[in-house]
Amino acid sequence: MSIHIQNGLFIDPVNLSQTKTDIYIQGNLIVGVGKPPANFKADQTIDADNQWVIPGLVDCQVRLREPGQAHKGTINSETQAAVANGITSLCIPPDTQPVIDNTAVVELIHHGNSKAGNRCHIYTIGALSQNLDGEHLTNMAGLKSSGCIALSNANQPFSSNLVQRRAMEYAAGQKMLVIIQPRDNDLYGNGCAHEGAISTRLGLPSIPEAAETAALAKDIELVVQTGARTHFGQLSCARSVDMIRQAKANGLPITADCTMHQLFLTDHDLGDFDTSKLTIPPLRSQFDRQALRDGVVDGTIDCLCSDHQPHEIDAKLCPFPSAEPGISSLDTLLPLALRLAEEGLMTLPEVIARLTINPAKLLGIPAGNLTNGECADICIIDPDAHYLCLGQDFISRGKNTPFEGWDFNGRVTTTIVAGNIVYNRVS
Amino acid sequence: MSKHNLQLDENGKLKHFLGIEGLNLAVLTEILDTAESFTSVTERTVKKVPILRGKTVANLFFEPSTRTRSTFELAAQRLSADILSLDLNTSATSKGESLLDTIRNIEAMQIDMFVIRHQDSGSAHFFAQHVKPGVSVLNAGDGQHEHPTQAMLDMFTIRHFKKDFAQLRVAIVGDIAHSRVARSQIHALNILGAAEVRVIAPKTLLPVGIESLGVHLYDNLEQGLKDVDVVIMLRLQKERMRGALLPSEKEYFNLFGLTQERLNCANPDAIVMHPGPANRGVEIESSVMDGPQSVILQQVTFGIAVRMAVMSMTVGR
Repeated sequence: MSIHIQNGLFIDPVNLSQTKTDIYIQGNLIVGVGKPPANFKADQTIDADNQWVIPGLVDCQVRLREPGQAHKGTINSETQAAVANGITSLCIPPDTQPVIDNTAVVELIHHGNSKAGNRCHIYTIGALSQNLDGEHLTNMAGLKSSGCIALSNANQPFSSNLVQRRAMEYAAGQKMLVIIQPRDNDLYGNGCAHEGAISTRLGLPSIPEAAETAALAKDIELVVQTGARTHFGQLSCARSVDMIRQAKANGLPITADCTMHQLFLTDHDLGDFDTSKLTIPPLRSQFDRQALRDGVVDGTIDCLCSDHQPHEIDAKLCPFPSAEPGISSLDTLLPLALRLAEEGLMTLPEVIARLTINPAKLLGIPAGNLTNGECADICIIDPDAHYLCLGQDFISRGKNTPFEGWDFNGRVTTTIVAGNIVYNRVS
Repeated sequence: MSKHNLQLDENGKLKHFLGIEGLNLAVLTEILDTAESFTSVTERTVKKVPILRGKTVANLFFEPSTRTRSTFELAAQRLSADILSLDLNTSATSKGESLLDTIRNIEAMQIDMFVIRHQDSGSAHFFAQHVKPGVSVLNAGDGQHEHPTQAMLDMFTIRHFKKDFAQLRVAIVGDIAHSRVARSQIHALNILGAAEVRVIAPKTLLPVGIESLGVHLYDNLEQGLKDVDVVIMLRLQKERMRGALLPSEKEYFNLFGLTQERLNCANPDAIVMHPGPANRGVEIESSVMDGPQSVILQQVTFGIAVRMAVMSMTVGR
């Protein structure tokens, strides 16, 4: 199959440019940008006039809920949501049920994706410890050979700093990327809101910044000690951004991300006990939000992710402290990213880079770059589509969104994964 | 914020009573004045008025309570309502029923008013969002958020003994961090125009950012009590020692226990209050609790009239 995308405005996150150009696809590869290869004959032509063409998005933290919690989401339901929103590669953390701590579970997930039609690329993140118990190391080499691109203990603690050190050391020996969500579980306690005037006023059990920063300080020291290439996920605090900036300046092999929603919401948004805004890490202060934005702009924070956590309705239909944390965010990742450019925080190619080439590079996956010979993962956006964000319209099974009623500009019209059109919006 | 609109109808009258925050002086004054009119009822031989005759009140207590629960029951009975009291600590929820299903099931028994105490902050608000139109929700304590009827009976007590709020310095002493009563009191005192509200506690019992609610912080009891007209002591739960919030009851009493000697730092006619249940010898000395400045038992008596007032203002309209 060959595809000719014509007249689109190509937003190039690699060269940070925008040019009106044509793109040519043969099989699963890009075979021409600007001009077709010799003897190219398109089976299909997509007219992208007045539309934007970008590499498919790479989302480094997505919970599909399968295996284990199919009532919240399945590989089938959530990959549909992914591609309908321009996400063509996604990484799933190891806290599935069962945990991704052996090759059989990795295969189970890839089998599930294949049954769902291989709509998008799924990359598994293996567990650092068996059943995430924080005590016994997994067969990391085996996980690597079965396709895991990184290792993590998700949000589960290690039983001791010694075990964490060994896990990172062993992973470094296997040349595996380690992913850490810095978290001190004791300081987290049973908290559900950022510790500050808002949590005090609402009487909500609170989570101090030190619950993240104290852990991050220790984690960074263990990177120094072990040399493990480490990615820090879902940072939420201003102090964390400072620490990462300093650690990078010191030449440590680290990268970082934060969630898209942390760039828009703060603890002030909890004002009415809205359970859709219960997240872990919690929505922080306006000061933290600004520091995260600054970190994204100056590159301290390398990439943005959705941290997609779809829930059934009942999970949020209860008082705030009893609700399950997390938001359904595949459907809002791209429109919020476009809003960052609209607000003038960064140029459009710079924003797109943080959702494509940057995560692809740090994860070591072939994506995010539309040049000759690369995999044809492409997203086409109608920038003039205006719509109201409504959870009920989400493709994801999870309708739990804190962005209900927001005005969005820009919508995916076509998504191509490995040269196949996997989504086409019928307007 | 929708939370506060939620408790008022389109005419600004109380529909639910979920928290003090967001209410205005007129509503609080109306509660106090209405309660005043009910004090005569509670002093009569026949302590009943027919305001809620034919109405049914469901008391749902997901946490243990003695005085709040019984004064709500008495208040409902004195207004001639039928009352259903459920101790849900050990019932439906322990069988796995969701809170929403519990609401729906009890509501199906044709209830006009819920009085709810629940361990989750925001639970009364959650109830109010999900009951049918025309059904009222009274918050009898939600997590560490608010306990508005307790705060109003405290305000009633203060007004009874001190008249003008504008002249008053009020100190709240003790475990502010875990106290829904303190939060409601702080809001109420500020709305009623108290000259100064102080909170006095060790740092581990002072929640971050509490000064944003309009209070001055003190970590020394003697200094904090200077020139104060009203001293409100809070209960110190013994479990707090386990969370490493405090070293010992003894040290707490030595630093923050209210003795007569310390009380003498306050104005000579200062009154001493406590929402109960009190720990004698932990936060307050027995001689102060039973002494001439203590109005702790009057608080309980006034509690019935205040709860009658709130019930009649929401359902009895």
